[in-house]
Amino acid sequence: MQAWLDSLIARGAFGPHPSPDLIYGAAIAIACALVLFLVAVPFASIVTWVERRVWARIQSRIGPNRVGPNGFLQWLADGFKHICKEDVVPAEADAPLFRLAPYLVVLAFILPWAVMPFASSLILADLNIGILYITAVPALTVIGILMAGWASNNKWSLIGGIRSAAQIISYEIPAGLAIFPVVLMTGTLSMQGIIRAQGWAPDRWFLFANPFCFVAAVILFISGLAENNRTPFDLPEAESELVAGFATEYSSMRYLFFFMAEWGNMFIAAAIVVTLFLGGWQFPAIVQSPRLMNLLQLATFMLKCLFLVFVSMWIRGTLPRVRIDQMMSLCWKYFVPISFINLLGTAVWVAIFPDGNRFTQWLMLSFGVAVVLLFLARVVAFTRRARMELYFHPTI
Amino acid sequence: MSSGVAVWFPIGVMIVGSAVVVGTMVSINRLLGPRGRDSAVKSEAFECGNPPSGGAWGRFSVRFYLTAILFLLFDVELVFLYPWAVALRDLGMFGFVEALVFIAVLAVGLIYAWRRGALDWT
Repeated sequence: MQAWLDSLIARGAFGPHPSPDLIYGAAIAIACALVLFLVAVPFASIVTWVERRVWARIQSRIGPNRVGPNGFLQWLADGFKHICKEDVVPAEADAPLFRLAPYLVVLAFILPWAVMPFASSLILADLNIGILYITAVPALTVIGILMAGWASNNKWSLIGGIRSAAQIISYEIPAGLAIFPVVLMTGTLSMQGIIRAQGWAPDRWFLFANPFCFVAAVILFISGLAENNRTPFDLPEAESELVAGFATEYSSMRYLFFFMAEWGNMFIAAAIVVTLFLGGWQFPAIVQSPRLMNLLQLATFMLKCLFLVFVSMWIRGTLPRVRIDQMMSLCWKYFVPISFINLLGTAVWVAIFPDGNRFTQWLMLSFGVAVVLLFLARVVAFTRRARMELYFHPTI
Repeated sequence: MSSGVAVWFPIGVMIVGSAVVVGTMVSINRLLGPRGRDSAVKSEAFECGNPPSGGAWGRFSVRFYLTAILFLLFDVELVFLYPWAVALRDLGMFGFVEALVFIAVLAVGLIYAWRRGALDWT
């Protein structure tokens, strides 16, 4: 982008005596605004409609289908409805903190987009500590949610808030440890550096690089679900127990922001897994034009992320909620020790095979393919066995 | 533009951008939404329709406190391990053994917490 701006400056597009720093700064600010308003906020909104349609399919219902084609504009209608509602602040609440909490939650959802590696040259800030940043910044959500729960002065909110804080900070540990296998193998914390160390073909993904990485990827994905309060870990806002958890006293836009951030964080959790283990934007170099190549890479990255988002919707439609003691023991008694073993195992692996081991990669890849095939075979077997008259085909 | 402080500029823009998004939407809501219809019942805390029984700013389970302490212990340790993981290839055997000792000390801490029942949520 800098080269393009330089050529524009040389051609005199910005007047006779332009200041390059000002133009670069303005270009970055415009790029940030584009990512914010064309990717982050629309994704978080539209995905609510997608999720409701996906659940409806899973539960043999139809789902929202009235506003726009197939109900596609439902998210816009919901947003407009929320913006026309009254913003109630309870009399007993701590009003400044109550009003501030959504800002922090949205901040935690917006900030990671600055280091999102969309394509080889589409990244706002290629920080050399990118992966540390993208795992650290979403933890700001804890402060926002705890603030919301405490400031509401409501028992449901308080229980929801502290449950959420306990859950997010607990799963922060296995999520942080699950990054180490990749960092040990690449020796860099930059998002682009990690993706460049992988290849477009699945056998060059870090998911299949060695057994430790495979376990780490699974732990990272499950921790991502837990950190975003997704089912089966949705205890902080368990509707049947806590009304709406930390968001009980919120209404109108402020309520909407909590859920916008929650749905948006699904994409960020998916993007972390895709960057670290699924090859990121890597795409075979079939075209010469760098612009077309970047578009193809963008599509690859988005498709991989959206697939993981779909998997998390699928899990939400399938699994029941766990108990809080089960959730905590899963984190501290299983994930943390396993992650430590992973960390040491990968360190030994890197010492033995500094450049990776092709045989293991192929072995792990065939193992992965076998798991997927086994899963599909089970799906087919169960579908055949099910009594089909219990199902109906949802039509629009 | 690719090094130094300038690379953090987009993050500053994002901080301002998120505040602008929330601020604008909340202001529009203030203009469009109904106002001034507060009543004593509406502005009290929601307890499923019953009159609220006291405030919520009281004591809560000590389990959450224990979890926070454990988190602090392991999170600080994680931050110490990141530079080690980046530089492991240069550190060689010495670096590996040193991290092994570091992790062993932490593992003893985890086992202690486990044996004392700090990880049991009952």
